Amino acid sequence: MNRIRTAPPRYWLVALTLVFFLGFPTVISSFLASEWTQALILAIAIMGLNILVGYSGQLSLGHGAFMALGAYVSAILAHRYKMDYLVTVPIAAVFTGGVGFLFGIPALRLSPLYLALATFALAVVTPSLIKRPAGLTGGVQGILVLQPDPPDFAREAFAFVTGTAMTSDQWIYYITLLLAVVLFWLAWNLVRHRPGRAMRAIRDGEVAAAASGVNVAGYKTLAFGISAFYGGTAGSLFALSTGFISPDTFPVSLSIQLLVGAVVGGLASIPGPLLGAIFAFFLPIGSNQWVPSQTWLPDQITSTVKNAGPAVSYGVVLILIMMFAPNGIVGLLRSGYVILNRRLRGASDPKTGQMPPDPQTV
Amino acid sequence: MQEFLQLVVSGIATGGIFASLALALVLIYNAMGLVNFAQGEMAMLATFVAYSLVNRGMSFWIAFPVTLVLAFGGGIVIQRVVIKPAERAPVLTLVIITLGLATLVNGLAGFIWGYVPRSFPSPFSPDSVDLAGVFISYRDLGVIAVSGLVLLCVYLLLQHTTVGLTLRAAAHHPEASRLLGVQVSWMLALGWGLASAVGAVSGMMVAPILLLEPNMMQTIIIYAFAAAVLGGIESPLGAVVGGLIVGVTVNLAGSYIPGVGGDLQLAVGLGIIVAVLILRPNGLFGRAAVRRV
Repeated sequence: MNRIRTAPPRYWLVALTLVFFLGFPTVISSFLASEWTQALILAIAIMGLNILVGYSGQLSLGHGAFMALGAYVSAILAHRYKMDYLVTVPIAAVFTGGVGFLFGIPALRLSPLYLALATFALAVVTPSLIKRPAGLTGGVQGILVLQPDPPDFAREAFAFVTGTAMTSDQWIYYITLLLAVVLFWLAWNLVRHRPGRAMRAIRDGEVAAAASGVNVAGYKTLAFGISAFYGGTAGSLFALSTGFISPDTFPVSLSIQLLVGAVVGGLASIPGPLLGAIFAFFLPIGSNQWVPSQTWLPDQITSTVKNAGPAVSYGVVLILIMMFAPNGIVGLLRSGYVILNRRLRGASDPKTGQMPPDPQTV
Repeated sequence: MQEFLQLVVSGIATGGIFASLALALVLIYNAMGLVNFAQGEMAMLATFVAYSLVNRGMSFWIAFPVTLVLAFGGGIVIQRVVIKPAERAPVLTLVIITLGLATLVNGLAGFIWGYVPRSFPSPFSPDSVDLAGVFISYRDLGVIAVSGLVLLCVYLLLQHTTVGLTLRAAAHHPEASRLLGVQVSWMLALGWGLASAVGAVSGMMVAPILLLEPNMMQTIIIYAFAAAVLGGIESPLGAVVGGLIVGVTVNLAGSYIPGVGGDLQLAVGLGIIVAVLILRPNGLFGRAAVRRV
């Protein structure tokens, strides 16, 4: 009992978030649930990017390519070899992780700037690389993915709570939620322990880290591998939730979207990717739905905003966040909490008002 | 053989376009140690400005210098408003800012002009000239001439004027230049303006070949990256040579390497980037980086 009373507020936040995400699909439509599935998938991919960029300091602008790889591995295994889709998810994740690990080896030789450049080029080229082996990937036609029916126990439990039948979308939501929780928990453990400390040491001073006995090359490639593992999982789930993938599912803007999510949520933080994913996913949807519903706007403005709105707002948000709040939403919330706490308790230590550049954990 | 020569000449023409954009990247890299991911989008925006001017009835050869001046001013404004406040931030922060700038400019162009591809008038006649059996289009020759002229102007400006000397000094030794009375911050802005204008040339040259739309430069910027990296990212001469090599290589690869074709030419660009970065990270003309601990 005492343990519960003295638990730091972050545990309460985690519990609340879990309850929210568990209960949410029971009160919203199946379609909305599938949208939140994609937001969660984005959160997984952004967590991968966050481990790479936020914790190990290697900037990748081509993470959409890892998502594409994971999605196609799963879809091809399920479509051509008739495997159970849920079995293909871990295979795709491990495969993509392996490729990411190998990709990390040449990346070691590149300066951060060159790495950004090469990965950006990769992101631009990805769609045309997918189109080419048309026999394997279906070319521009893409691949259809069958969505699984919910099993009996899930169906019964869902019917017991809501009184309605569970759809595949809702089942996929819960699969995604389970994986997201596990992967976030793993990431949290990773960054609190030796590998996480090593990665941060490398990020903050490669030479100093090497001098202190950190295996720089090993941890950098490890970060790449883990990051790709997350990306592959996200891609595989993405194919499952949309039911269809084609080369145009993975444009450059997907990689930009991931970066926006990582930066907006807060680099080098655990809740950051979740908040960033919700922001990056719902911003274009919001602008697509809200703007056309404003009847007083002329039609021409409505249609252009629908097309250009997300790009403009992503761009403005990226620039403003990098200039004024490099720690993202989480950084702002945290400094707000520190200020509030100080007010409430009457403590006035000017030194603690400052946000540390990299808060260690949640 | 004839086909080969024709491919080489048209490769040189596209190479000139890549070279201009690569030179713009190099100018900014030299000034601040930063790769400007928004360079292509800035060029695209300038091309749209030129398009609007020509559409209003202005002749191309008047619209061209007017656009260059506007692009120059635009580059300075962007440096003052977006880049300067974050000047002291880590390079990766700046890279993310330029990426945000690219997204922003892309969206703005879509906002103003829409996403329907438009044909951009070419100032050159569509005919070809027969040079000893090799047919070379006037358009390719024109592109080569304009790109060559611009590159020559930049060279003369950098190497043979006081402004060029101050620019280079501010880029290489900011502290010493400041002590000698150079306004380093404004020199950086000038560098951005210059890069923006040089990039705009590539946009206006490539627009008649591709169609003008907000995503037009997305592939060109990859080739420009390849050119800049191949030339050793800090060398203006390297950018030009790199641009020509990339242009010719991509053109020949598209026709002669089986399985590449038109759609995988971009992958050749990526291949060049990766190969250079792994095999010879300093490029053809770059100096080996010395890291200070």
